[in-house]
Amino acid sequence: MTLDATLAEYCVVACAEAFRGDGEVLASAFGFIPTIGARLARATFEPDLLLSDGEAYLIANDVPLGGTDKVVEGYIPFRSVFDVVWSGRRHVMMGATQLDRFGNQNISTLGPHEQPKVQLIGSRGAPGNTVNHATSYWVPNHSRRVFVEKVDFISGVGNDRGAVGIKRIVTNLCSIDFVTADRSARLHSVHPFHSVDDVVAQTGFPLDVSDVSESRAPTDEELKLIREVFDPNGLRDSEVKQ
Amino acid sequence: MTADKRLTHDDVVSSLSDGMTIGIGGWGPRRKPMSLVRAIARSSLKDLTVVSYGGPDVGLLCATGKVARVVFGFVTLDSIPIEPHFRAARQAGSVEVTEYDEGMFYLGLLAAAWRVPFLPTRAGLGSDIMRVNPQLKTVQSPYSDEQLVAVPALTLDAALVHMNRADARGNASFLGPDLYFDDVFLMAAKQRYVSTEQIVQTEDLLQEARVQQLRVNRSMVDGVVDAPHGAHFTSCEPDYPRDEGFQKLYAGSVGDAWPGFLARFVDVDESAYQAAVAQ
Repeated sequence: MTLDATLAEYCVVACAEAFRGDGEVLASAFGFIPTIGARLARATFEPDLLLSDGEAYLIANDVPLGGTDKVVEGYIPFRSVFDVVWSGRRHVMMGATQLDRFGNQNISTLGPHEQPKVQLIGSRGAPGNTVNHATSYWVPNHSRRVFVEKVDFISGVGNDRGAVGIKRIVTNLCSIDFVTADRSARLHSVHPFHSVDDVVAQTGFPLDVSDVSESRAPTDEELKLIREVFDPNGLRDSEVKQ
Repeated sequence: MTADKRLTHDDVVSSLSDGMTIGIGGWGPRRKPMSLVRAIARSSLKDLTVVSYGGPDVGLLCATGKVARVVFGFVTLDSIPIEPHFRAARQAGSVEVTEYDEGMFYLGLLAAAWRVPFLPTRAGLGSDIMRVNPQLKTVQSPYSDEQLVAVPALTLDAALVHMNRADARGNASFLGPDLYFDDVFLMAAKQRYVSTEQIVQTEDLLQEARVQQLRVNRSMVDGVVDAPHGAHFTSCEPDYPRDEGFQKLYAGSVGDAWPGFLARFVDVDESAYQAAVAQ
């Protein structure tokens, strides 16, 4: 029998699915749910992924969020991360304040760049990431404020501007892919508790809804790993509202 | 006779001048030379261009009116994602910026260190980094049709870094997980300063560090500043972690709380600061 999964757990599995087929590359994830997702993918269907602790070490074992009992399999200080980025052997899942239908991402500024209405964190590695390796995004608050016709600043470049490949955008409502003729956004699947109409209403650009499924439920094994191994303290629930 | 490069915080500040381009080592809220940053913050220096993988160093210098321009890829306190003082300065229009991808930033420093005019990369292509930095040019590969961004050398007038241990001649080690880009900052600069948790005898440098952590040698350094707890409130592993409580106090000091914070923690000398934060 299938245990009842929460929305956060559907989101974890959707994040894990973003890394399917990646093989022996560094999976870099930011946020609780993407981090659990990357670890879950490696523990199940994508065993060759490399995972860092976000500090300077590659970690070989299945550790919980914040866990310190690490089996170190490699050293990856920030300078080495650039080596991996520029080699192309990486798939990053970043956050985004704004995204458009080709996956152009803004984490820099809202309003004019000279004197922004809102200063955000800055472009970080997004420009370099997107033109060197696979990129996905995690959006815990799917809304028209995030999914816009045109982003205020292009930090990470989209599929229409030279990205290697924007693979997935996972949100609290759905999973979006870019498997269309012009590599623009397509609604891949909708999480339970939400509908296609909800997603369309909360998205500020036209979304291809020609082939939408319901998001895959976590298996019992996956739920056990999420609840008992990776996130026993339930940090995932702090990132999305049920 | 060997050179003793020990300097005080005030010696370093008096060697700097208005309008200089100053690189600051560390990464975000990690192993920042905060005691030197505080010394600049309470000095009369102004119109500085600050080059940094930005944390509270950038925020504090913006809040104290020292900064004309920030060269950066991000400014963050990690547990508080947006540096609030930097945000306030940007939204008030009081600082200009040169925003780079964080890898481009590294290549700019490396080009300066290697004394080449630029280094090529794909990072930046297609992004608005190219739009807001019209000085950035692309080059065509001489071997193919590929266009690449030519990141110009980011030459620094001065560099400030904080290391776990150093000797009086400027050999220095990091003991935490990551050197960050501190060696590259030093090599990219004309005046090079290392503050340190502890000055030790040369023969004791390998007491705590492995030789692979002895990454700053004396040809890269002009001055060494004794600065125990000098990275506070950023982390300086393994000597001490980030002071999250104090970071919250700092982050909450934008606006009305700023004069009080300034009087208590900025317009005081380093020993008074350390005494105040120990309370």
